[in-house]
Amino acid sequence: MFLFEHFFELTLTGLALGSVYGLVALGYTMVYGVLQLINFAHSEVFMYGTFAVVWTLYVLGGTPTTSTGGVIGMLLASLVIAMVVSGGVALLLERVAYRPLINRNAPKLVALISAIGASFVLAEVIGLRGRIAGALGLDDNIGRFVQRSRDATGMPVEIVPQPVVRIVDYTVTNIDLLVILSALLMMVMVDQYIRRSRLGRGIRAVAQDPESAALMGVNSTRIVQLTFLLGGLMAGAAATLYMIRIGVTRFDAGFILGVKAFTAAVMGGIGNLRGALVGGLVLGVAENWGSALIGTQWKDVVAFCLLVLILLFRPTGLLGESLGKARV
Amino acid sequence: MTSKKPIWAAALAAAGLVLSACGTTGGESAQPEAGASKACNLEFAFMGPLTGDYANLGINAVNGAKLALDEYNKQNADCQVVLREFDSQGDPEKATPLASELVNDQKIVGLVGPMFSGETNATGEIFNEAKLVTVTPSATNPDLSKNGWDTFHRLLGTDEPQGAAAAKYIKETLAAKKVFVVDDASEYGKFLAGKVEKDLGDLVAGTDTIQQKQTDFGPTVTKVKASGADALWFGGYYAEAGLLAKQLKAGGWKGTFVSGDGVLDPGFIEGAGASAANGSILTCPCAPADASFTEKYKAISGGSDPGTYSTEGFDTMNVFLQAVAEGKATRADMLDWVNNYDAEGVTKQIKFDQSGELSQVTIYAYKVEGGKIMPGTPISGA
Repeated sequence: MFLFEHFFELTLTGLALGSVYGLVALGYTMVYGVLQLINFAHSEVFMYGTFAVVWTLYVLGGTPTTSTGGVIGMLLASLVIAMVVSGGVALLLERVAYRPLINRNAPKLVALISAIGASFVLAEVIGLRGRIAGALGLDDNIGRFVQRSRDATGMPVEIVPQPVVRIVDYTVTNIDLLVILSALLMMVMVDQYIRRSRLGRGIRAVAQDPESAALMGVNSTRIVQLTFLLGGLMAGAAATLYMIRIGVTRFDAGFILGVKAFTAAVMGGIGNLRGALVGGLVLGVAENWGSALIGTQWKDVVAFCLLVLILLFRPTGLLGESLGKARV
Repeated sequence: MTSKKPIWAAALAAAGLVLSACGTTGGESAQPEAGASKACNLEFAFMGPLTGDYANLGINAVNGAKLALDEYNKQNADCQVVLREFDSQGDPEKATPLASELVNDQKIVGLVGPMFSGETNATGEIFNEAKLVTVTPSATNPDLSKNGWDTFHRLLGTDEPQGAAAAKYIKETLAAKKVFVVDDASEYGKFLAGKVEKDLGDLVAGTDTIQQKQTDFGPTVTKVKASGADALWFGGYYAEAGLLAKQLKAGGWKGTFVSGDGVLDPGFIEGAGASAANGSILTCPCAPADASFTEKYKAISGGSDPGTYSTEGFDTMNVFLQAVAEGKATRADMLDWVNNYDAEGVTKQIKFDQSGELSQVTIYAYKVEGGKIMPGTPISGA
């Protein structure tokens, strides 16, 4: 049977795909944990990160002939820039699309609509950047950044996967390993930060009981900002890993990935950090196994059936909702 | 008393019409229009995607048409022709109201387009009823000419001969032993993949269906490698094709990537990266531009090279412009002219049969080399 003949290959590529889902899912899950609100514009935070990676490589002068060492250096720089850009967009979102509503005690549904609106605005700014630049008279200077703005933009450097180790019939490449390990590392760092640091304790306190937290002297606005920032930073890291693996982005690249990441967050237990990672990995692997078992066009069907099944038996997701609870 | 207002309104509207008519006919040429046998100030329409996700294709074709128009208007400074652009974004829902709008404008005597098969299907009846002749430079769905529309014409081959030629190319020129066939579940992709699969017969080592907007093709790559295929046919568009070609290469597959006109766009190379795209073969019923066309085109397009359907756009517009030069000025005359047209354009000998199809089509194979799409060569005997 095809699935079992290629079990390791399908599982490993699924894990690499799932790691990216998991990192993006963090942003959904943390904001939900603190505000009980689904930040549907988070997919755009991720998408801005992917563009930050490509444009950093443009600026640094990456070409297909750049040496391996050069590419690694450039990618590290793009990682930093992508995290800064995604973090910045997330903070901007909080300031423009959420805080005015939260301050007025608007219902959560209003904030949800605001998020969807913000998502469209952010995506179309990238999708129409050619026209925007044209209207500002800039398109001659920055042509490379704005040409064909509704089409895919690819990495200017060439990243060729190198074989590292062979497991049964599949040669694991350095890219698979890099993506999976860095995602795990990032997750552990965020998890530990929220568990151990002072601000992390603040996040947990606000998630548990915002009013008591405020009475204890926690600045909840600051905590909400920090939550958005952390989610944005992780989305930036996810964007870098995504670009290393997939290598192509476009203005609507965030949409499908956002839906998947949100699914991962729900699958793992929304509000639960470790759940986001587990949900992401399970989803990625399930998609690949489903593709192999039934057919590639059915991969989403398999993934979402799995989600329904999990929620039937564990309505709070695999690990339960618990950003504020003692477990996190 | 109540009738007074409508009368006033009608009078004003009439005055407005007269004024606007003066506005368009007046201006630089004050001499009487009826002097020459040629009709002046005739209008043609272009319909296709000029904004949105498929804008590249529409812009390729409309710039080709504009080049033809520009050449004509330079030679006939006293008797200009206007091309009006209707931006449908390639969407049948947006195209339908635009089609009604443009058939109601009696000054428009011919249409370059609609560009996409979906919008053509949705609007064909409207043009047919209005007896407005349409010549599409790009819609390739074979069923379009089977609707019995008298006004429908198409200036390139359909997906049917393209699929046949692609299968022939894979079998004979590439001499592939095993072929994997992938489609993107779209009408277009499914048809092309199905046709190639049928023509290749025993050579097909496996098939898979992906989704549009999918970005990770891990399982498909695994299947292709496991099948031992030395060539892959993809029926679909360039966004997914680029990613698929890239991931096939990264996964260690060494065969030849072959696809159709939906992939014939620099966006394929942007997505795949030059090294994964190199060596790929892209078939198309569209003809390549030669050096002199490219040079003239760049002056119109603001420096960008001609793309897929640019030469077809040019030829389509020229069919109409020659009618204008012959003094044809009404929709009926135009339809008659196009039906009886038989002359050589830059792409091919243009002559339509009863159903509006070209009587003879050529399919070209374009090779990607050095990160660029090389000019196509005809696939012989196809």
